[in-house]
Amino acid sequence: MSSRILNWFKFASPATFYPLAGTIGRAAAAVAVVLLAVGLYMSFFVAPTDYKQGEGYRIIFVHVPAAWMSMFIYVVMAFWAATGLVFRTRLSFMMARALAPTGALMTFIALWTGAFWGKPMWGAWWVWDARLTSELILFFLYVGYIALQGAIPDVRRGDRAGAILLLVGVVNIPIIYFSVKWWNTLHQGASVSITKGSSMAAVMLETMLIMTFAFWAYAIAVAMARVRLIILERERDTRWVSELPEVAG
Amino acid sequence: MDSVKAFFHMGGYALYVWGSFGVTALLMVAEPVALARQRKAMIRRLRRLIRLESEYSS
Repeated sequence: MSSRILNWFKFASPATFYPLAGTIGRAAAAVAVVLLAVGLYMSFFVAPTDYKQGEGYRIIFVHVPAAWMSMFIYVVMAFWAATGLVFRTRLSFMMARALAPTGALMTFIALWTGAFWGKPMWGAWWVWDARLTSELILFFLYVGYIALQGAIPDVRRGDRAGAILLLVGVVNIPIIYFSVKWWNTLHQGASVSITKGSSMAAVMLETMLIMTFAFWAYAIAVAMARVRLIILERERDTRWVSELPEVAG
Repeated sequence: MDSVKAFFHMGGYALYVWGSFGVTALLMVAEPVALARQRKAMIRRLRRLIRLESEYSS
């Protein structure tokens, strides 16, 4: 048992993780490119026209994956924040930091595409509906976290303060998820549910899932690239960084 | 030609469909490009630091 724990902590060392993050990032980027190509092709050429919303419904193929990722990335960040606070592993905080801009980006895409879908279908770019409002709060949580990290020059204090913000903000995630059930919202209910299965045509669901995995792979690829930057920044005075082939030249 | 036109017309939803996919694509291209640039700048900075150090110690 103790040897297994030791093995895990080995990867918590930035020097060990740096090359591994490079490999994971490159693999994820390749997967993302392939899945995006397939997913986009299916979004426009395979998935049929919707009987109610015509071609307008195709926005779902970016809207839902982005919205899922916006929540998922936040949960992953909160996980790293908790891990960092409990085990005092520096890399955990770096992972949380590395994911934040991508989480904010996914939230922005979810809100933006939501507005572009709401306008033709509901007649409004924005409504103060529970789902939309809680997603907007999620965006502010990401922005607040990034701003907080930028405002605290001391890395350790910044990491801890950020981690606490992330853990407090995690209550918003179930609120977003269940908002369509708990309140009467203009936003439609879940099209895919664990308990009830899917209410969509099979090919539409497949396209949406492929796009979701594509966004997932994309998020892993960019987060790995960003965590490598953070590692270099924080470890710049160490010997292993100066001996890296890309730095030593 | 007409089918291409019809494709971009998106059954009258062109603004909404392309406005969604377009902005998403733009952001998901911009982020990796920005990261690649930041990495280049970071490596340049690290090389300069190492050079300065070696000059200082010699």
